[in-house]
Amino acid sequence: MAMAEEIGAEEFSAVVATHRQQIFRFLLASTRDVDLAETLTQDCFLKAHRNWASFRGESSAMTWLMRIAINLQKDHWRNRRMQFWRHARANAVDLGEASEWLPSGERSAEQQLLARERVRQVGKAVEGLSERQRTVFLLRYVEEAELSEIARATGLSEGTVKAHLSRAVAKVRAELGARQ
Amino acid sequence: MNSKEKVGGVSGVSNIADEEDKLNKALGEFRLSVHAWSDAAYGRTRTAVVPNPRRVWWLAAGWALGCVLVAGGASAGVWEHHQHQQEMRIAAAHAVGQQRQATQVREQQVREEKADLLTREDLLAKVDKDVSREVPAAMEPLGQLMAEDETQ
Repeated sequence: MAMAEEIGAEEFSAVVATHRQQIFRFLLASTRDVDLAETLTQDCFLKAHRNWASFRGESSAMTWLMRIAINLQKDHWRNRRMQFWRHARANAVDLGEASEWLPSGERSAEQQLLARERVRQVGKAVEGLSERQRTVFLLRYVEEAELSEIARATGLSEGTVKAHLSRAVAKVRAELGARQ
Repeated sequence: MNSKEKVGGVSGVSNIADEEDKLNKALGEFRLSVHAWSDAAYGRTRTAVVPNPRRVWWLAAGWALGCVLVAGGASAGVWEHHQHQQEMRIAAAHAVGQQRQATQVREQQVREEKADLLTREDLLAKVDKDVSREVPAAMEPLGQLMAEDETQ
């Protein structure tokens, strides 16, 4: 029994090491708050550890973990909206600030400036999306997940995922077009 | 389809392709930015704040002192109020006692005056009676004569 627990712990450590950064990235992009993203990432793995027995391997571990992370984030906003939403808003930064981290690559200064402006515009558009649209958009364009994976992670049908994604992209396109 | 329409159609398709290109480029750059931001935040050094035991002790002492002061202030106020109430009660009882005593004294005086008056009237009546009894009945006609002589 003790041996089985030890192997389980080792296995779980490997799962954490493999997926932690990706879960954190998704939560950071969703919440725009580093501390909150870290807390929710820890909660996600804690919940996963407690419920590991219920993971049947029908989807990948990443999809299962992402589903937990999405639910945690939803719960968090539901609770926060009732109590400390002002404080939560104060801690969150603009998603457009991510443009400051854009790798310069081999671009000229002008190209870098234009690229940062584009990233800011996308960030602004993403902030204006509904919670579900934002989740689908981030999973598709930041985590590069397949539609089927997004459907499993969000618990939506593929058709609904496509519809949300299409609306989200239309909003981003409109934001990019408006600033031309 | 004339040549102008053809040109317009080609430029429309080219515009759409440009827009798609721009969108894809923007989405790619957004992805890169979020990844870089996340990597930086993920790898940042975290500072854990360890509570200083001395500071905790001072904090606890401060709280305890504050609680004692507040409790002391409150109980002093309550005691003061209670004391004041008691003094007021004593003063009121004293005043009532004095008033009662004064009334009693006045009543006593009235009673004594009444008793005094009665005593004087009784004494006079007794003297009259005694005087009337000192003269025997047989001497009464003499007594009347004496009175007549005196008037004469």
